[in-house]
Amino acid sequence: MSSATAEPQAYADGVDLSAPFAARLTRVSKVFDHSSPLPPVLEEVSLTVAPGEFVSLLGASGCGKSTILNLIAGLDQPTSGLVELPEARKPALMFQESALLPWLSAGRNIDLALRLRGFPRADRRTEVERLLDLVHLNGTYDKKVHELSGGMRQRVALARALAQDTSILLMDEPFAALDAITRDVLHEELIRIWHEEQIAVVFVTHNVREAVRLGQRVLLMSSRPGRMVRQWQIEIEGPRRIESPAVAELSVEITDDLRREIRRHGRH
Amino acid sequence: MAVTDRTAQPTGPEPDDTAALEAGLDALETRIVVATPAWRRFIAKVVPPLIAIGLVIVAWQLVYTFGDLDSWQLPSPADVWSEMSFQIQDGTLQKAIWISISKGLTGFAMAIVVAVPIGVLVARLRWLRTAIGPILSALQTLPSVAWVPLMILWFGISDTTLYAVILLGAVPSIANGLVAGFDQTPRIYGRVGKVLGARGWTMVRYIELPAAMPGFIAGLKQGWAFAWRSLMAAEIIVASSALGLSLGQLLNIGRDTTSVELTITTISAILFVGLAVEFLLFAPLERRVLKARGLGDQR
Repeated sequence: MSSATAEPQAYADGVDLSAPFAARLTRVSKVFDHSSPLPPVLEEVSLTVAPGEFVSLLGASGCGKSTILNLIAGLDQPTSGLVELPEARKPALMFQESALLPWLSAGRNIDLALRLRGFPRADRRTEVERLLDLVHLNGTYDKKVHELSGGMRQRVALARALAQDTSILLMDEPFAALDAITRDVLHEELIRIWHEEQIAVVFVTHNVREAVRLGQRVLLMSSRPGRMVRQWQIEIEGPRRIESPAVAELSVEITDDLRREIRRHGRH
Repeated sequence: MAVTDRTAQPTGPEPDDTAALEAGLDALETRIVVATPAWRRFIAKVVPPLIAIGLVIVAWQLVYTFGDLDSWQLPSPADVWSEMSFQIQDGTLQKAIWISISKGLTGFAMAIVVAVPIGVLVARLRWLRTAIGPILSALQTLPSVAWVPLMILWFGISDTTLYAVILLGAVPSIANGLVAGFDQTPRIYGRVGKVLGARGWTMVRYIELPAAMPGFIAGLKQGWAFAWRSLMAAEIIVASSALGLSLGQLLNIGRDTTSVELTITTISAILFVGLAVEFLLFAPLERRVLKARGLGDQR
C-alpha cells in the first residue's frame, strides 16, 4: 500500500444533513420495469457530492452509474428517495459521444446553451469566444461539427457544459470513445478547467485508471441492484498522470475489488 | 535518461505543453475538405440530363422518319419546336405557366402552413398519432384527382376548388415527412436540449424542428410533386375560361383541336416547371441542410 493513497473505506450510508453539497442523493432507488424479475437498477443509494469535489463513479455495466447522473440532471425521476441540488442552477451533463447538435457550428452549439440560459444577447459572442479559448479551440466558432475530430468535439461539448454556468458537471464516460493520446490530453484539460472553474464533477467511467487519475474520491458500485460498495479518498500529492506508479498501484487494488463484484454475478 | 526520470516521478507536464500538444493533435486530425467550384458542379449535374434529352429527341426523329405514322399521331421534333416557338412568341405559354405556377406555389405555401402544425402535433401527441396517423398515410396514397368531383360539388368551378385539391394532395406528404423527421431524430438530442434548459416551445424551436429538417425537406419535395400533379389534374377537369388560360387548359385545347404539337409543347412546359422548382428551390435547400451536417453529396 502506497503511503500516497488512503485505505479503502466501507461506504457510509448515513447522510450528514448539515454538510454543504453540490448534489445530494438520499436513499434513492430506481426501478425502470416493475414487472421485471431483476433487482432494481439502484437500491437505497445515498451520495453527497461536496461543492468543488471531483468524484469518480466506477462500476461494471448495469450498475446504474449513468442512471445516477440522469437523476441528478433531472432527465429521470427516482422511484423513491430524494435527489437534491442546492440552488436553481441546473447541472450540466456531458455524454459519451456525438451529443453536439450537428446542424449547428461549434460556436453555435455553445451559443445555444447561453441563449437557453437567458444570457444577454449582446455579450453572447464574446462569452462563446472566451469558452472556446478556455478549451484551446479559439478560431473554431464557424467549424461544423463533422469537421472536428473526436477530441475537439468533446472539448466543444465541455465548453457548452461550462456555458451553463453550473456548480456541478456530470460526465457520462465522456472520453470512452477517444484514442489514448487524446484521452490523456483531455484528462489534463479537464483537471485544469476543474481547478479554474471550481465546480464539482461527477465522472462516470468503467476505466479504473481513469477514475483514479482524475478523482479526489473514487466510488465503487455493485450491479443489480446498484449500490455503493466502497470508496477511496485519493491523496496523491502533486499532478498525476495515468502512468504514475501511485495511480497504477491503487488501480490494481480497486480492479481486484471490481472483479470480485463482477464475479458475484456469475454464481447465481 | 530524461524519459525514465519522467515516468518515475508523477509530475504533470507544463500547461503550455498541453496546449501545444492539443494544437498538434487538432492539426493532425482535422479533415481538409477541398470544395469543387460551383460551375464545375453545375456542369457535372446539367450536362448528363441534357445528353439524355438529346438522345430521346434523336430517337423520336428516327421513329418519325422511318416509322409508318400519320403526322397527326406523331409530329416531328421540328414541328413541335415551331409550335413551341410560336406559343412563346405569342406569350401564351409564359402566361399559362405563370397562371399555373402561381396557383401551384400559393397552394403549396398554404399546404406548408396547414401541414406543419399537424405534423408537430401528430409527432408529439401519442393519442393523436394513433387516431389520425393511419389516416394521413392513407390520404397520401389516395390520388388527389379523386377529390376533384367532390370539390366541384362543394366549391363550384373556382380557384377554391383548385386550392382545396392541392391541399388535399400536399398536406399529408408534408405532415408525414415532418413526422418521419421527428421519429428519425436520435433521442440524445432531446436529452441534450433538456439538460440545456429547453422546454416546450424552445425545445421544438431549437432542437426538434432543426433535428427533423432532413425528413421535413423530403416531405416538402414529395408534397410539391403531389401539389403540382393535383393542380394539373384539377385544371384539366375544372375547365373554365374564368380561371384563366392555364397549362391544364392548354392541354384541353390541344386535345380539342387535335393538335399533338400543342399537347407535347404543354407537357414539356409542365415538365420544365417541375424541373425548375426542383433545381431552384429544393436542390439548394437540401444541399444546405445536408452539408451543414456533413451528409449527402460532399463534392
